Amino acid sequence: MTTVSQTAPNTRIDLTPVPVLSRLERITGIAKYLLLFFLAFTWLFPLYWMVTTGLKDDSQIRTVPPVLFPSPMYWENFVGGWMRYNFNLAAFNSIFRYALPVVAFTILSSLIVAYGFAKIRWRGREFFFGLCIATMMLPWQVTMVPLFIIFKNFGWINTYLPLVVPALFGHPYFIFLLRQFFLTIPEELSEAARMEGASEWGILWRILLPLTKPALAVVVLFRFLWTWNDFLGPLIYLRDEAMYPLALMIYRLQQTATSMGNTALAYPHLMAVSTIVALPIIIIFIVAQRSFIEGISMTGIKG
Amino acid sequence: MAVATAPLKGVQRQRMTRQERRNQILGLLFISPWLLGFLILALIPLIMSFYYGLTRYDLISEPRFIGLDNYRRLFTSDPDFWTVIYNTFYYVLLGVPVGAFVAFLIANLLNTDIKGRAIFRSIIYIPAIVPAVCTAMVWLFLLNTQFGAINGVLKAFEWPTVPFLSSTSLSKPTLVLIYIWAQGSAVVIYLAALQDVPRSLYEAATVDGANAWNKFWNVTIPLCTPVILFNTVLGFIGAFQEFTLPWLLTGGGPAKSTELYVMSLYRNAFVQLSMGKASAMAWILLVIIVLFTAILFSTSGRWVYYGGEK
Repeated sequence: MTTVSQTAPNTRIDLTPVPVLSRLERITGIAKYLLLFFLAFTWLFPLYWMVTTGLKDDSQIRTVPPVLFPSPMYWENFVGGWMRYNFNLAAFNSIFRYALPVVAFTILSSLIVAYGFAKIRWRGREFFFGLCIATMMLPWQVTMVPLFIIFKNFGWINTYLPLVVPALFGHPYFIFLLRQFFLTIPEELSEAARMEGASEWGILWRILLPLTKPALAVVVLFRFLWTWNDFLGPLIYLRDEAMYPLALMIYRLQQTATSMGNTALAYPHLMAVSTIVALPIIIIFIVAQRSFIEGISMTGIKG
Repeated sequence: MAVATAPLKGVQRQRMTRQERRNQILGLLFISPWLLGFLILALIPLIMSFYYGLTRYDLISEPRFIGLDNYRRLFTSDPDFWTVIYNTFYYVLLGVPVGAFVAFLIANLLNTDIKGRAIFRSIIYIPAIVPAVCTAMVWLFLLNTQFGAINGVLKAFEWPTVPFLSSTSLSKPTLVLIYIWAQGSAVVIYLAALQDVPRSLYEAATVDGANAWNKFWNVTIPLCTPVILFNTVLGFIGAFQEFTLPWLLTGGGPAKSTELYVMSLYRNAFVQLSMGKASAMAWILLVIIVLFTAILFSTSGRWVYYGGEK
C-alpha cells in the first residue's frame, strides 16, 4: 500500500497502465517481506534456541520433533548453570580485571595519540600516522609468540597484565577514529584557547574532550565488546580457573559437561549461561544502537 | 600559526621557529604512547619472530639456530602443513566472496522501501556481536546429530540425519555457513554505503529510461565498489586469522578437515611448544596476507570506481 502511494506522485511520465504496475509491485512487495522474514528467522533462530534451551530439562531436549516452546520452563537452570562453576568470579574478572581497565586505558591513550596526529602540526606526522594505520594490517599471530615470551620473562603469565597493559599504548582503530573526529572540529576553537594561553594538554581535556563524546561512545562500546568477547587472549595467558573470564569459563563448562559424555542438564546449563553472557551485549546494542551503527559505518570496524 | 608554517616550509627548511620546534616536540610527545607501543609490541616482536623462525625453541632450552630448516620442513615434509593450507584457502576463498555477496544482497534488500528497516538490520547484526563462545555453543547444539534441533526436525520426518560438523565432507561448508551468518557488520557497512548513493543519480537514470536492473548494475554497484573493496580486504585478512569459532565448533576435526591455519599455529606454539616452527608459520601467514592484499589492491583499478578522482 505504502509503496503505491509513495510512487504515485512520480508516475506522471509513466505511461504504463496503473493497475498492472501496482499488481506487480504488490507481488514483489509481498515477496520482499517473505524474504525478509525468512532471513530474520534464520538469523534469529539460533539465539532463540539458545534462550529456550536454557529453559528446558533433559527430556525436553531429547524430544523429537524438537520442542519449540518449552513447557514447563525451568528458570532455575539459569542459576544452576551459573553455579556449576564460579561464574560470579568469572564475571568479576571479565568486568573489573579485563574490560574496565582495557576500556579506560584505550580511551586515555588513544585520545592523547589522536590529538598528536590531528591537532598539532609537526614534521613526520603523516608518515607516522601512515605507519599507525599500517599496523592494523599486521596479523597479530606474527607477534604472538615473541610477546608471549616477553611477558613470560616478566612473570606475567596467568595474570591480566599481558591483556591489559598493551591498551596503554593506544589502539590503531581508535586512534584513527578519534583523529578523524578531531579533524572535523574547527581549528578556530583551539586557536582561541591558545590565544588565552591554554596549553595543548589543556585544550585536549577541557575544550575537545566534551565535544568528542559521540566518538568516545563508539570507542567505549567496541572496546568493551571486544574484551567481553575475547577468547584467544585469555586462552593464551590465563592458566588458573580463578583467573578465567566468562568466555573461558563457558568453554570450561562445555569441556566438562558435554565433551566427556553428557552430564545431567549439560545443554540447558550451557545455553542458560551463554544467554546470560550474551545478554549484556544485546542490551548494550539496543540501548546504544546509533553509536554502534555509526561506529561501523564510519570506520568499517568489524563487530 | 598552523596557517603560517605552510608558506615558510620551502624557504627555511632546516631553521624552525621556536613555535615550530615546540610543536615538533609536543607532537612527538603526544604520539609517544603509540610510538613506544609500536616499538615494543609490534616492531621488536616482529623482528624477534623472524629470528625465532630460524631457530628450534621449546621455551625451556635456549633457541638453537637452524637456518631455514623450519620453512624447508613445513613445505616439504610436514604432513599437516598442506592440509592446513588447503583448509584455510577453502574457508577463505569460499567464505569471504560468498559472505560479501550475501551481505551485499541483504543490504540492498534492506535499502528498498520497507517498514521496520532498523529492526531487520538489528536482527542481522546482533549475531555478529554476541560473544563467539556463546554462538559456538548454540551452533554445536543446533547441529548435533543426536539431539540437535535441525536433525530433530529431520528425524521427525524420518529422514536421515545430517552429520554437519562430524563428517569430513560437510564440516568445512558448515563452518562457512556459520561464518556467513556472522557477517552482520558487513551488512551494516554496505547499507550505509547504499544510503550514501545520491538520489539524483537514480532519478537521472530513470529519466534516461533505465530499469531497476540497469540502475543496480550501473549506478549502485559502481558507487559501492570502494566499500566492497575495503570490506573484502578486511574480510580476507580476518578470515585468514579465524580461530575462535572453528576452534570451539570442531577443534580442527574430524580428521583435521577443519584445522585452519591459526589453529595449527596456536597448537604448534602452545601445545607442542615448537615456538620456532610457529614463528615460521606466522611469517608465512604474514606473506600470504600481504600478497592477497596487494593483489586485491592492484586489480582494484579495473573494477573499483573512485568518484570524480580519476
